[in-house]
Amino acid sequence: MWIYEKKLQYPVRVDTKDVRMAKYLITQYGGPDGELAAALRYLNQRYTMPTGKAKALLTDIGTEELAHLEVIATLVYKLLKDASLEELKEAGLASHYADHDRALFYVDANGVPWTAAYIQAKGDPIADLHEDMAAEQKARATYEWLINLSDDPGVKDALRFLREREVVHFQRFGEALNDVHEYLNTKKCY
Amino acid sequence: MDAQYCNLLRQLQEVSFGLVDLNLFLDNNPNNQHALAEYNRLHQKYMELKNMYECTYGPLANFGYSPSQYPWRWVNDPWPWEL
Repeated sequence: MWIYEKKLQYPVRVDTKDVRMAKYLITQYGGPDGELAAALRYLNQRYTMPTGKAKALLTDIGTEELAHLEVIATLVYKLLKDASLEELKEAGLASHYADHDRALFYVDANGVPWTAAYIQAKGDPIADLHEDMAAEQKARATYEWLINLSDDPGVKDALRFLREREVVHFQRFGEALNDVHEYLNTKKCY
Repeated sequence: MDAQYCNLLRQLQEVSFGLVDLNLFLDNNPNNQHALAEYNRLHQKYMELKNMYECTYGPLANFGYSPSQYPWRWVNDPWPWEL
């Protein structure tokens, strides 16, 4: 089961309200390479991993992704806080306002809602771990584009932390892939 | 797993469920002293059971909420869905 801890994994500072940046950042909340997709992908794939190590890693990274989801939510919340309707309109968020006001929702930067079609569970641990490594690289690239789009030092700082975590997850998944390969070779169970 | 494991896990689940349920009640009734006293009593009980469990069977929680003997026992089977 899960428990919640009442703190962010990384402190978030936002210096200036930036509605347009919130519209871009929301893609890491509910977009194809976002934190929700990552968490749900890993927490679902763990059931068919062949080793305790791989089950542990997917449990732990899946859980850390939920903490990242909260960091993204905090950034979007702070960037949108006290935005006027006029500012929402200017940033292209009038359509978001029509459906959600200033509430967060699981959408990408174009307002397209999250779908399970973003993720996969093949039941084959080699295929699944390759997907996970690709997902981490796509998320890393997304964070780089988002850092390019922001001029707020606090936002950039939080995004750099999240980018670095994608790199670490990619490395850990790579090690898990090697370990599972080794396990399957000794088992000869393909 | 052995009978002692099943028994300890069952006790943890019972106390943990009591804490979840009291937590929800207290969210809506923060001034209820009876519920709060029971919550704090069960918290003590949970910590005792958790400690007992972890001494024999390894970490119950990740991310620093449980210590581990060597080697790192978090990766050990069984996982909750395998029992």
